Amino acid sequence: MRVLKSLLIVLALVLVALLGAEIPGGSILFGIVIPYVALFVFVIGFVGKVLGWAKSPVPFRIPTTCGQANSLPWIKQNKLDCPSTTAGVIGRMLLEVFTFRSLFRNTKAEIVDGPKLAYGSSKYLWLFSLMFHYAFLVILLRHLRLFTNPMPAFLAALEFGDGLLQVGAPVLYQSDIVFILALSFLFLRRVIMPQVRYISLVNDYFPLFLILGIGITGILMRYFIRVDVVNIKQLTVGLATFSPVIIGQIGSIFFVHIFLVSVLLAYFPYSKLMHAGGIFLSPTRNLANNSRMVRHINPWNDPNIKPHSYAGYEDEFREFMVDAGLPVEKELEPQPEAEQAPAES
Amino acid sequence: MADTKVDQMSVSVVEGPSLMTGAVPKQDDWMDVPAVFKPGNYCYPGKESIVAYIDKNLPGGLFGEPRTWEVESDDWKLPENWKEIIIQGMKDRLDKFRSFKVFMDCCVRCGACADKCHFFLGTGDPKNMPVLRAELLRSVYRNDFTKAGKILGRLAGAREMTFGVLKEWFMYFYQCTECRRCSVFCPYGIDTAEITMMARELLHLVGVNTNWILEPASNSNRTGNHLGLQPHTFKENAEFLLDDIEEVTGLRLNSLNFNRKGAEVLFVIPSADVFADPGIFTFMGYLLLFEHIGLDYTISTYSSEGGNFGSFTNNELMKKLNGKMYAEAKRLGVKWILGGECGHMWRVIHQYMDTMNGPADFLEVPKSPITGTVFENAASSKMVHISEFTADLIKHGKLKLDPSRNDHRIVTFHDSCNPARGMGLLDEPRYIIKNVCNNFHEMPENTIREQTFCCGSGTGLNTGEIMDLRMRGGLPRANAVKHVRDKHGVNMLSCVCAIDRATLLALMGYWNPGVEVCGVSELVGNALIMEGEKERDSGLRFEPLAGMEGDDNAV
Repeated sequence: MRVLKSLLIVLALVLVALLGAEIPGGSILFGIVIPYVALFVFVIGFVGKVLGWAKSPVPFRIPTTCGQANSLPWIKQNKLDCPSTTAGVIGRMLLEVFTFRSLFRNTKAEIVDGPKLAYGSSKYLWLFSLMFHYAFLVILLRHLRLFTNPMPAFLAALEFGDGLLQVGAPVLYQSDIVFILALSFLFLRRVIMPQVRYISLVNDYFPLFLILGIGITGILMRYFIRVDVVNIKQLTVGLATFSPVIIGQIGSIFFVHIFLVSVLLAYFPYSKLMHAGGIFLSPTRNLANNSRMVRHINPWNDPNIKPHSYAGYEDEFREFMVDAGLPVEKELEPQPEAEQAPAES
Repeated sequence: MADTKVDQMSVSVVEGPSLMTGAVPKQDDWMDVPAVFKPGNYCYPGKESIVAYIDKNLPGGLFGEPRTWEVESDDWKLPENWKEIIIQGMKDRLDKFRSFKVFMDCCVRCGACADKCHFFLGTGDPKNMPVLRAELLRSVYRNDFTKAGKILGRLAGAREMTFGVLKEWFMYFYQCTECRRCSVFCPYGIDTAEITMMARELLHLVGVNTNWILEPASNSNRTGNHLGLQPHTFKENAEFLLDDIEEVTGLRLNSLNFNRKGAEVLFVIPSADVFADPGIFTFMGYLLLFEHIGLDYTISTYSSEGGNFGSFTNNELMKKLNGKMYAEAKRLGVKWILGGECGHMWRVIHQYMDTMNGPADFLEVPKSPITGTVFENAASSKMVHISEFTADLIKHGKLKLDPSRNDHRIVTFHDSCNPARGMGLLDEPRYIIKNVCNNFHEMPENTIREQTFCCGSGTGLNTGEIMDLRMRGGLPRANAVKHVRDKHGVNMLSCVCAIDRATLLALMGYWNPGVEVCGVSELVGNALIMEGEKERDSGLRFEPLAGMEGDDNAV
């Protein structure tokens, strides 16, 4: 159900763009207005979200220590998985952001007769996530050619590298293949693995289909359905320089593509896609494990919370303590002559 | 013992219909599956008098209205505005804890955490997957704090706070031991321990609680320790162990003392170590060690608890209970503090104490009076772990050791969750064990160190009424021990945690009969060659040493 709902939403979006671009003024709306609005929502939303996170303090220093801590000088510290310095934290974060180090640890557990638990290596999720993210990055960078004139040299190099296999005309980009392959894997994994299917929400399928839709329309445009590249570049450079114009026919597939991209941009800050920003602010990863070395300050630490006082403790137990020979701060008061016990009843 | 026989359980965990065994729950949507309480799957609620005591000593409505209520009933006698209290409580905590805010937003439900949780592995209950455990809270967060959730509702994974949700929280946030294993694997470091802490704080606000946590916490406040031992009883219990030491070693130790001003070191232990088997043997190990090196130390009856059950309720009570350590160190005028073997105690000391109750500027940077080593890693908090202290002594050759006295033990080491993943104390205990034992074998690598499995009963779940759950939750740990028992004949599971010493004992008795449990310091105590001691023929628990088994006079 949740898969179907997500797919239908994305198909509806495709339809909206297909039809919308055909109505008078539609190309302006879908080619200029909506992309600008989406970008605006993205920037405001993204910045707002990150600022929102940053506004909440980090009251305690709670890194997850994933290796030996800095301890006695002769005990070898694991400086990357249990860093005690800023340099170590930067190293840990770089590995996390660029190589998905935590995900690389992934294992798969099975229970068999015995009962016996068996753990196997499971790097697929790591591999395909990494493939997806890097392919996405390459594709994004390649798109810079649409917004720059003249095109920077590194872009040409990147394009050449991406098309190194020299297959087909126009040359097939490997990143496109990797992108679709990885996305398909991530989708299939979500549907096939019972555990992951059970936890998956529309919030998970929708962005998958949306990104897949962007990929597919992009590929269609490049390899199968002719669009006017000159006109497109004119529009995109115009968008980048805040003087957009639409001249001539572009082809509706382009409007579908750019509309889906716009939806993705606007959706991004309000969705799980914000993990892209969240990773940098995650207190279990971005803090040094030095909380006994350097005092961490909690801005809302309440000085009024005090322990049950020693004086109160001794007052309650003084007699026992004296009897047991435990030192006390205040000696027992000399017992007044035992008063006449009240008449027993 | 657990209610279910082990044979039956062995089959049930493998074949029972669960997400672990491949059976997919009938309901498509987990939100439609209600939490049903039955005897054995929940902890008893806090007694009215206990909640009232805590509320009086830590005012502010943090523990709700003291009352008597039944978990299985549909009337939990909640305050009328309980939903508002929860939502406002969430808002306050989102503003106070960045971890909470970020973790509510950035999960992508990749599922890497799913089969990392010992409770999921043992129960196969989908809601024990860390991701889904967090979703229980996240769904309400979306509903009340995100635009998408407010507009799209369930389509965006949002749902309203209802009594059913509250029941779910009480069930599943008390099937999490805050062990942090999932957070090791999470690509964003989402730590379910943080989420469980928040959820438990929220539950406490409306008076939904467990007695097994609140009673020790209230005892700790009043008498200084979880067990409620009053000062004279605490002293007697500890001194009683001197008799046992004398019987084993022929030596009467003179160094044990209490509440002594001017001592160099204040020694704080989990109180179970003076009271419960096998913690008492660990305690005997500490005492032998201190006697051996002539340490100038004292133990406080006022601060006689290292553990902190407050940390299983909310940060306020954690702070209040922890405050005794520095207060007592100051009163006694010691130079620094040494801490015994306890897991969550060290999570609190390592990651919270200095922040909450520091700065401890009245103490000195800890320096071992025997080796001269300055513990730079504790330069601010001024508190050193007994394993760090002992490892340093061994490294400097300050201990006379006869590891063959542990030859009757084939030892493995269980990394306790908190020292492993909340501190990074991994190699110190291993170094000690390798120097005091001749037979040491590691469990499989994805069950030790930062990937260690919880005993299944941490965070105040070590209570008798949920034995089945505990045995299920502890299965992954027990299974790894079984592996080395079968392969290497391991008969001793060592650890540096008081809750472990109690709970692993039950766990081994259930899954791996024949494997005993000890603290690392017990092994040290066995191996220490004391000046003037008699020839030992038994270990600290009066068990015959290797080669002495036939000696009838051993006891």
